[in-house]
Formats: sequence, C-alpha cells, structure tokens
Amino acid sequence: MPAWANLKIPAIDYQDIIFYAAPKQKASYDNIDDIDPELKKTFDKLGIPLEEQKHLSGVAVDAVMDSVSVKTTFRETLAESGIIFCSFSDAVKEYPDLVRRYMGTVVPYTDNFFASLNSAVFSDGSFCYIPKGVRCPMELSTYFRINSANTGQFERTLLVADEEAYVSYLEGCTAPMRDENQLHAAIVEIIAENNAEVKYSTVQNWYPGDKDGKGGIFNFVTKRGLCRGENSKISWTQIETGSAITWKYPSCILRGDNSTGEFYSVAVTNHYQQADTGTKMIHIGKNTKSTIVSKGISAGHGQNSYRGLVKVLKNATGARNFSQCDSLLLGNQCGAHTFPYIEVDNQTAIVEHEATTSKIGEDQIFYCNQRGISTQDAIGLIVNGYAREVINKLPMEFAVEAQKLLQISLEGSVG
Amino acid sequence: MSNQPERSERYYNLYKENIRRISDKSSPYINSFRENAIAEFNKLGIPTKKNESYRYTNLDTFFNHEYKSYFMPTASDFKKAEEFRCDVTDLDAHGLVLLNGFYPTVNDKPRQLPGGIWIGSMTEAAGKFEDQIHKHYNKYINGNSDGLVHLNTAMASDGVFIYIPEGVVLNKPIQIINLVQSDEDIFCQHRSLIVAEKNSNATVIICDHTLSPNKFLTNGVTEIFVGENAHFEIIRVQNEHNNAGKITHTFMHQERNSFASSNNITLHGGLVRNSTHHFLGGEGAECNSYGLYLADKWQHVDNFVNVDHAFPNCTSNQLFKGVLDDMATGAFNGRIYVHRDAQGTVAYQKNNNILLTDDARMDTKPQLEIYADDVKCSHGATVGQLDDDALFYLQSRGINKREARLMLMFGFAHEVIQNIKVEALRDRMDNLVMQRLKGELSRCAFCMVKCG
Repeated sequence: MPAWANLKIPAIDYQDIIFYAAPKQKASYDNIDDIDPELKKTFDKLGIPLEEQKHLSGVAVDAVMDSVSVKTTFRETLAESGIIFCSFSDAVKEYPDLVRRYMGTVVPYTDNFFASLNSAVFSDGSFCYIPKGVRCPMELSTYFRINSANTGQFERTLLVADEEAYVSYLEGCTAPMRDENQLHAAIVEIIAENNAEVKYSTVQNWYPGDKDGKGGIFNFVTKRGLCRGENSKISWTQIETGSAITWKYPSCILRGDNSTGEFYSVAVTNHYQQADTGTKMIHIGKNTKSTIVSKGISAGHGQNSYRGLVKVLKNATGARNFSQCDSLLLGNQCGAHTFPYIEVDNQTAIVEHEATTSKIGEDQIFYCNQRGISTQDAIGLIVNGYAREVINKLPMEFAVEAQKLLQISLEGSVG
Repeated sequence: MSNQPERSERYYNLYKENIRRISDKSSPYINSFRENAIAEFNKLGIPTKKNESYRYTNLDTFFNHEYKSYFMPTASDFKKAEEFRCDVTDLDAHGLVLLNGFYPTVNDKPRQLPGGIWIGSMTEAAGKFEDQIHKHYNKYINGNSDGLVHLNTAMASDGVFIYIPEGVVLNKPIQIINLVQSDEDIFCQHRSLIVAEKNSNATVIICDHTLSPNKFLTNGVTEIFVGENAHFEIIRVQNEHNNAGKITHTFMHQERNSFASSNNITLHGGLVRNSTHHFLGGEGAECNSYGLYLADKWQHVDNFVNVDHAFPNCTSNQLFKGVLDDMATGAFNGRIYVHRDAQGTVAYQKNNNILLTDDARMDTKPQLEIYADDVKCSHGATVGQLDDDALFYLQSRGINKREARLMLMFGFAHEVIQNIKVEALRDRMDNLVMQRLKGELSRCAFCMVKCG
C-alpha cells in the first residue's frame, strides 16, 4: 500500500472485498429497450441516459456493471468501418492476438500496488481497436457502475489507435450510496501509433460519501497512454467530482518524435473528499510537446492535491512543456496543495510551470450580488468560468452535464 | 542503498570515539542534547535518494569516503586562519574567521561591540549567555526528519554565537569566514546560533572557503532567532573547490512583525546543499529567501527551502535562479506551507534555470501546501535556455555572440544579486559572477591551491 500520497486512507481489508460480482439478469440484449428497467433507471440518473445519447448523438456505449460488461451498443455499426469495440471478455475470446499484443505493454502488472491488484483480479472491461486510417465516426463511451454492496471493481480498458486513426472516448462512472467504503482499482491503457490521435475524457462521479465523510468510493486508478508512433497525440480530460478518495495520474509517455500529450483536469473536493491527482509527461522522443492544465476546487473539509511529473530525457531534443495548476478555495477548512516535479536532462527543452492558489474575490461576489445574482449562483458562475478552459475540451454533450455536475457537487458549500 | 546501515554505523562509531573529546570542551547544556540526537540519527541515518527531500541529491561520494580524523584545532592552525584576508576590499565589517568549524581562541579580538553586541564562540557563550543558550539552543529544529541535523546536534562542538540586544542597530555587517584547511581529508561540523532581539537591525555575511585541496565534508547548522519588529539579513557566499562537500541547514525563527531575508550565493563547490527553513511565528512577519547557483563540471547544487506560515498576515517571497554548465546538476525543492489559521497569507515562489549544455541537468520541485482559504499563493518554475530573440537582438547591435550570451546570463543572475543591500558586497558579487560566467573563477579567488 503506497503511503507517499497526500491522503489519509483508512486501512483496507482486502480479504473483505468481493472480487467478482455479476448483475442478476445476464441475458444478452439486442435492443436497448430490453435492458432491465432498474438498470436503465440508474443510467438515467447519471444524467447521460443511454437512450437519449443514442437518439441525439449516436454515442456507442459499453456499460460495465460490477465485474461484467452488460451492454455494448452500436457494435455492428462500428464493425462496418472495422472498429472493434466490445467488452474485454469478448475481446479475449474473439481477438486474442490483439489483446496479447497490447495488454500490459503500457501498464505492466509490476507497475504499482493497485495496478498489480487489478492485474491479478480483473474480470472485465472495455476493449477498443481503431484500425489504420479510420476516423471513428462517433464518440465511444464506457459506463461503470458498482452496484452490489461490498464489491470492489477492477476493470480494465485497453484502447489502441493504429496508424492515422482517430477516436474520442468517454468514460463515466457512478455508484449507489453505501455506508462502507468501496474500492475501485482500474487500469486504462492507451496506445497511439504513427499520426494517431486519442482523446480520452472522464466524468467521474462515484459516490463521494455523505456530509460527514461516511462511505464513498476509493478511486485508485492507473491510467497511462503511450504515444508510440511519430506525430501521435493523446489527450486526457477529466472532471473529478466524486469518490471519497481519488488517487489517479493519467500519464503520457511521449516516445514517438513530434508526439503530443495533453492533460486537462478539474477536480472538486467537497465535504470530506480527498483527491491526489495529476499527471506524468515523459518526454522521450524529439520535439515532443505537452500541456497540463489542472484546476482544483476545494470546499468544506476537502483536500485537493495536484501531483505531477514532467520529465525530459536526454535525447528529447526540443521538448516543450507548459503546466498551469490553479486552486480555488471555498471555505476555511479545506486545503489545496501542489507538488510538481520537473526533471530536465536536455538543454534545448523549455519547461514552464506555474501555479496559483486563491479564494473567490469578495469584490466578484459583490458585483454579482449587485446585479441581483444570489451568492450561491454567483459562486456557480465563477466556478464555471474558472473551469471553462477544461470543460471546453469535453465533447459538447458532456460539457453541459459536467457543468451541472460541478454545480451539484458544490451545492451547500457556501455558508 | 545497500551500504546504508553500515555507512550510518560508521558515523555512529565516529561519535562514540570522539564524544568524550567533544563533550569535555562543550557546556553541559549543549551536551545534554547529544544522546537523544544520536539516537534520532541512528533511527534516520544518512539520507539516501529514497528520502523525498534528498530525492535529487546523491550524498554517496562524500559520505562513503573515509575521513581521516575528527578535527581538533591547535594554536598554529589559527595563526594560519588569522592570516586569511577577505578580498572584498571595500567591505567594512566586523569580521571573524572560523577554522574547520572552530572559533579562534588565540588572537583575542574585540568581541564586545558597542551596544552590548557580542560575537564569540559557542563554547564561551554557553557560560556567558547561559540564559540565551537555554532559551534558544536547539529550539528551532524540532521535528526535523533530516538525520544530518541530528548528527550535527550530537557531534558539533563549536561555532559562532552572536547576540544582538534589544533595539540595537548595527551599522556595519558582521562577516563570518568559514575556512576549511587541512592536510588530511576531514569531516567537520559546526553549530551556530544568532539571536537578534526585539527592534534590532543586523546583517550577517557568511563566506565559505576551502584553502587546501583535500577532500572535505562540512555539515553545518545555524539557528537564528529574529525578535519582534527586528530586521535581520543573512547572506551566504559559497566558494569552495570541486572536492568539497558543503551541507548547510539554516533554521530561522521569526516573531511578530519582524523581517528576515536570506540569500545563498553558490559560486563554486563540488557538492552543495543548502536547506533553509523559515518559520513565520508571529503575525505580520515577512521573509525573503533568495538563491543563486552557478555550477559547472561535475558540481551539484541543491537548494531546499521551507517557508512555514503559522500565523495570519505573513508575507514570504522566494526567488532562486541557476545557470548549469558542463555536466553540472542542480536541484531545487521549495515548499510553502500555510497552516489552517494563517489567513491573509501572501506567498510567492519562483525558480528559473538555464541549462547551457546537453549534459547539464535540473530537477525542480516547487510545492504549495495550503490549509487556509484567505490566501494568495503562487509559484512558478522554468527550465530553459537563453532567449534566441534576445541573443539576436544584441548581435544585431554589433555585440558578438559570446559577449551577448554573457550579458544575458549576467542579467539573469543579477536579479538575485540586486537584493543584497550591502553595496560593497553587491558590487563584489556582480564582479565574481561575471568572472564565474567567463570561466575565470574556476578556483576560489585568493586561494593558493590550483585545484579547479
């Protein structure tokens, strides 16, 4: 159990976790309407109903509930352009060569404590392969839900974009309210070949525990992308509003020359939530670029840390990084922390980091009040403006949801 | 990693062999801390790269070395030290020379300055200023998790004690020259305490020099107390040879409405690590922490700064700049810690670095830990090279490339130097920095040893 993070993690009894749980109705669904109404209701509650998505934007969804993938939509449509999008268990059966070739190449099972745990016990997840030269016609997304009590969720996502491919992928998650803490230890691996581009967005809304910090999900996730080919690009966008404890560092290994890594994050901690999140940008190839924009919002007793590493290796000539980490404090019991690591081993590299921490200016609130906007709304307004830079990076449909989510998460944080 | 326990064991043995000699000359009060400190050291050991605050600094080459003896000075040694003259010619200061961590006792210099200021050795002060020592000695390093600080508490036998009474304004700076000279490879430790009482105003300059080419390792701790409304500045100039390791720990405790500033200028040295801890222990206190490091060859310079905002309405400002040439490596680790009640904190931190060659390396780790909401804190860090546009501009004005580069680097470094208030020293520093950048200062100025 790693102890270096700026988190207070209560002891986890690994013997007490159910490592495998499947939803009761395991029938296969041909039509989205056949889905168990209860399940559909829970998905509706996420704010991003499957159905609506299907009608409005045609988003292909893979829904993972507890330990099994229950539903993948649009699988056939996608197959027409050669895209493989299915549950991990299907992929192992149907495309064993692809799985064997890519799995564990970015996050080896020896990587860290939780990656090892995941590698040992994971049962399902999503698999996606975009073949050469294909631009994925629709947004792909996975929904995770921890439904049963006392279960841990250990899923794995593997995303491969072959040469010249493009895909935008969205991940969302939720869990019902429970008094005990639940563990979510996932792995996401992304591989981008020459000229490929992958955009990975997360809207994380696991149950954060109640007002007094009781219950909630421990979100200990290892996410890493490898820009293997030249001119490849991986972009991470995350909106972190849920989870009792978040421990997550979506990273990019920029191995191909001229490859690009991006990380945009908004993390909100309210009540007794804790977050230690950030990114790693490892510059290996020549003329590699990376951008980090991290916005932390702390309220209540929330503790929010940014922890990031920008590493420029000796041969990464012309590497360029820009990092910006801002923290916003709402209330006098919360905390905001910044731990950037910058390691530069090449003279041509240009690495910049800046961070600020402040609270919302009283004059700004006063200005809004003066215009007839209540303090609660004014804060919502200011927070949204503050997080805009990141929210703008999300696919349009989700940007609206993310904005609402921010508002809900911060509700009651202003006294 | 593997030799860690034995290595620490060796220093423990060094303690056991010499403790009698050390305690004999030292005061009982100072001795009373030694036992606990060595126990603490045994627990923590000599820091390795596994230790988060030593992540980028490898102490192996210096700590794995067998040092010949634990230095005890003789009268003739001090004669040599007395002959040393500082080459900042215009500097009008109350000077004193420390040899390998010991205060010279041969040449009786006036230690009692007008206004009740007292400058002298720690050993002597233990008798004369018993209450001050009891009040301040070893009080500001509490809870420090650095094994080397505890090793110093356990073994350091002498150093400087400066007492500036209430309301006294010192018109001339105090200059302490730390010399290391020996025909053998030695490991030395010194421990200093500076007490600046209420409403006083003083500037202390510390110059570190090496005079012989042997391998040296110095581990020094300085505790500084800055009283209410006092104004205190400390400037440390380090100019040692490539075979010298210098580890300094400075703990500065500030009371209400006081002002303190620290400036570490590292011109030359094999391995340099300066850790500076500022504790803002009263409302309205202000501190500035500056640093400049110019390193080349295989040198390594590490600056560790911790600013602790424990009370409301305090202000802090950090500026650290470095130029790294050849295979030099640099590290910066700065932290601003704002306690829950420290509302109204304003804290700023900046670290800029220039890498001149492909083999130079810089690791920087600026950190903010904030537990209060009414704060304005920001930090910035950059690693890069000289601006091409600026170079081109200068060249287009008929300045050749070499000269243009020098001008830009000098300008870069001057931002730190300009904060030195003592004019003679500032000019001298500008001069030294220029020489250093031109590569003329490959050995310590005024040093007879051609070790560079």
